Amino acid sequence: MAKKTDITKAEGDLYLENLTKSFGDFTAVDDLSLQVPQGSFFALLGPSGCGKTTTLRMVSGLEDPTAGRIRIGDADITHEKPYKRPVNTVFQNYALFPHMTIWDNVAFGLKRRGIKDVKKQVDDALELIQLTQVAQRKPTQLSGGQQQRVALARAIVNRPAVLLLDEPLGALDLKLRRQMQLELKRIQTEVGLTFIHVTHDQEEAMTMADTVAVMNNGIIEQMGAPTQLYESPDTAFVANFLGQSNLFPATVVEVDGEDLVLEDPDGSFRMPKSRMGRNVSTDRGARVLVGVRPEKINIAALDAAAAGPADGNFVDGVVEATSFLGVSTQYEVRTPGGEIINVFAQNLDSQDLLPVASQVRLTWKPIHGFVLDGRQDIEAGVEIDPDALVVS
Amino acid sequence: MSTSTGPAAGASAPVDTRPSAGQRFSAWFGRNAIKIYAFFAFVYLLLPVAYTFAFSFNDAGRTNLVWQGFTLENWLNPCGAPEVCGSVVNSIVVAAVVTAMATLLGTLIAFALVRHRFRGRATTNLLIFLPMATPEVVLGSSLLALFLNILIPLGFWTVVIAHIMFCISFVVVTVKARLASLDPRLEQAAMDLYATEWQAFRRITLPLVAPGIAAAALLAFSLSFDDFIITNFNSGQFTTFPKFVYVSATRGIPPQANVIATAMFIIALAIVLISQFAGKRKREA
Amino acid sequence: MSIAAAIGDTIEDEPKPPPPSTNKGRKFTAYLLMLPGMLWLAIFFVIPLVALFMTSLQTPVPGGEVGQFQQTFSFSNYAETLTDDTYYIPLIRSFIYSGIATILALLIGYPLAYAIAFKGGKYRNLLLVMVIAPFFVSFILRTIAWRQILADEGPVVAVLRVIGVVGETGGIYPSAFAVIMGLTYNFLPFMTLPIYASLERVDPKLIEASGDLYAKPMTGFFKVTFPLSLPGVVAGTLLTFIPAAGDYVNAALLGRPSNTMIGNRIEYTFLSVNDYPTAAVLSFILMATILIMVLIYIRRVGTEDLV
Repeated sequence: MAKKTDITKAEGDLYLENLTKSFGDFTAVDDLSLQVPQGSFFALLGPSGCGKTTTLRMVSGLEDPTAGRIRIGDADITHEKPYKRPVNTVFQNYALFPHMTIWDNVAFGLKRRGIKDVKKQVDDALELIQLTQVAQRKPTQLSGGQQQRVALARAIVNRPAVLLLDEPLGALDLKLRRQMQLELKRIQTEVGLTFIHVTHDQEEAMTMADTVAVMNNGIIEQMGAPTQLYESPDTAFVANFLGQSNLFPATVVEVDGEDLVLEDPDGSFRMPKSRMGRNVSTDRGARVLVGVRPEKINIAALDAAAAGPADGNFVDGVVEATSFLGVSTQYEVRTPGGEIINVFAQNLDSQDLLPVASQVRLTWKPIHGFVLDGRQDIEAGVEIDPDALVVS
Repeated sequence: MSTSTGPAAGASAPVDTRPSAGQRFSAWFGRNAIKIYAFFAFVYLLLPVAYTFAFSFNDAGRTNLVWQGFTLENWLNPCGAPEVCGSVVNSIVVAAVVTAMATLLGTLIAFALVRHRFRGRATTNLLIFLPMATPEVVLGSSLLALFLNILIPLGFWTVVIAHIMFCISFVVVTVKARLASLDPRLEQAAMDLYATEWQAFRRITLPLVAPGIAAAALLAFSLSFDDFIITNFNSGQFTTFPKFVYVSATRGIPPQANVIATAMFIIALAIVLISQFAGKRKREA
Repeated sequence: MSIAAAIGDTIEDEPKPPPPSTNKGRKFTAYLLMLPGMLWLAIFFVIPLVALFMTSLQTPVPGGEVGQFQQTFSFSNYAETLTDDTYYIPLIRSFIYSGIATILALLIGYPLAYAIAFKGGKYRNLLLVMVIAPFFVSFILRTIAWRQILADEGPVVAVLRVIGVVGETGGIYPSAFAVIMGLTYNFLPFMTLPIYASLERVDPKLIEASGDLYAKPMTGFFKVTFPLSLPGVVAGTLLTFIPAAGDYVNAALLGRPSNTMIGNRIEYTFLSVNDYPTAAVLSFILMATILIMVLIYIRRVGTEDLV
């Protein structure tokens, strides 16, 4: 060891450097590098089997990396034993010790580290999660949401440099999950620890995290603040996996100043160059994917819309299906070129609902769209049913 | 790779941390100590089996205590020693009758316990558990006390009665374990699909519980076949295989006894392995 | 393995409550299903215990033949038997031998079960079959095989003579050691299987969690794995101790007369001396002592407090 530091007291940013994990021929995590600033709430988001849980287990020490390094501040913890790392995990399904009381569960880590007076710290942790009254119960006597909070307290009480959360809310029902999301965020802000949250639920990741890394096939597709990922996806996978996107193929006609002139079967239109994702070619004839989020498209009956001047890009079409969702109405519109475009329209005035077979004009501001490299699967990341896949 | 927070920087120089041969051995030993321990435990468990097997080929004559040389004579002529085959036949007949009766009675109790709620469950469970928690000498001597007091002559039937008694409990727990892991909604689903109670039992429950019943029957057969202590109290002049071996232990056990035991061992092992293999194939299909 | 499950299940609580019966008819069915089997147990298990108790209070018919007794409710039989050193010494010896054998079986069986459960991988089922395989060879023959293995001409003594543990003419059979070793051997699968059954149910995530919470592997084992396997340990020790305490085959085949256990006394008194009341007294004392010890043990370990 170049520098002898007390691993258990290491602190600072978490660095993953060229981290790789292979199981036989299968590479679960492929040359992954990233830095998580101290005190931030970081989310690893991706479908089952994308390598996010493997990454987490390497940080916690439950898997040994095939190559690469893991550091916390200056301390190298790559091959350190799990029980020596200043890292704690909130396990999927919690893994609470069934034979111990809640209090003993929370005190477990402190006692193992030989801390003498644990009472105050345990009591404070239970207070933080507002479960002081069940301290002497056994885990099976608690509800799912309560067990979840105990698992959190059991990890947090150790004040780890990094706290790992492995699909922590996966076992809770929707309403409780929403509530716990806010609670988790509150606790993270309060204790100021680095949280790394692994999830396949994009809404959960966006609600809580400062930074989200979208993983797919063992690599990070894109990383950034939730709004950045949502508004400016770099790849089709990110565009489809985070929320919904209308993606349609187009070809580059020319570059005109700050704009890109594009063409597709429904006509030609402009997009600002600042809205390009990764690896987009601007050569004449290059294939690109143009994306627009459904809620950013304005829909209006064709006769009314045609009267006014067209603001930005537009395309005409026919309503093929509608579904009323309460806060909004979803339209499926078919363009003359054969594309299906989804539109979410706010229900400001329910008389304005457009019936099926209406002739409509769709308009959107060029700045609201984005342009992606055309040489990728347009369907990548489209709504994957998490239940249909084996959990990684 | 896009990393908006920037890739991690800095790497310390690699340090030679290769362990010495001694360290490598102790690390290897640390990782595998439990496996080595388990290996010796298996040697302990299987050594007498190997001995029994080996001495079935001993050219021993009448006292099969010391190795005298290899022969196939015992295997070619398993009934060569007096009484061996007679006692084996007795044991097989007893075990067959006991298996049929105990499996039937025990399975019925298991069904009642798992599928029905009734007054007296606790008492029933206790009555099932107690025979398994009572030393065999007590079971044997108490039955003998009963037979002596009401003057029932000892023999084949008293042995059968005694064996059924202690096998029932084992059948109940084995079948119960299987039955309890069965989702009761399967039967409800069957009845929802127009099956009568009997048809639901016949078409759904019974096939699913059958492996448990088979395991219970196998267990009952081996318990009955191998029982000595209870048999010794209640058999009178009737001789079973274990009793024959025990009695002849003082003057020397003929090697044919080892032949029989080895053959039984191979048959039982084959049944268990085949049923495991078949079960696996079925699950994978 | 169903046998492991069955043995493990003897101590475990009911896995789940049965679906409620909807009507009187189903309740009646339950009794009907149980009737034959429970009747059998009542007639051939409960009544014999009563008969045994009655027999234990009998005294010889004055001037009668050997084996003729009459009901005199002589409770003094118990006092007489308990103060006779030909009986109480083997009784105490039985509990010492079976106690040591139980501890040894636990020390061998627990790591074995642990290795199969956590290191067995895809060979788990095969290894379990190997644990029960000895059962497929006659109990008596296995015990006799030990006689050959431990005999003066056998391999164990040869090794011990080379390393000087026993002298040139010394041996280890027959002896108390051989008896205890035989008891340990014969009941080892009964110890291993229930422990395996409860270890198999331990969620590996809990062990990972203990490591994550700064427990070294050994601490994690004693704080998490072992407590969670306690139901199996309790079942295993009972299934070893109870039959070992009542056994007489090992003492008869592997021991000297000075190693006789209470089982040998009961058998001899019942079947050879035909002193039925004394044998019945011994059986009852054996059963009562075991029952009391088991109750204290279960209370101490406090299995009801688990999970």
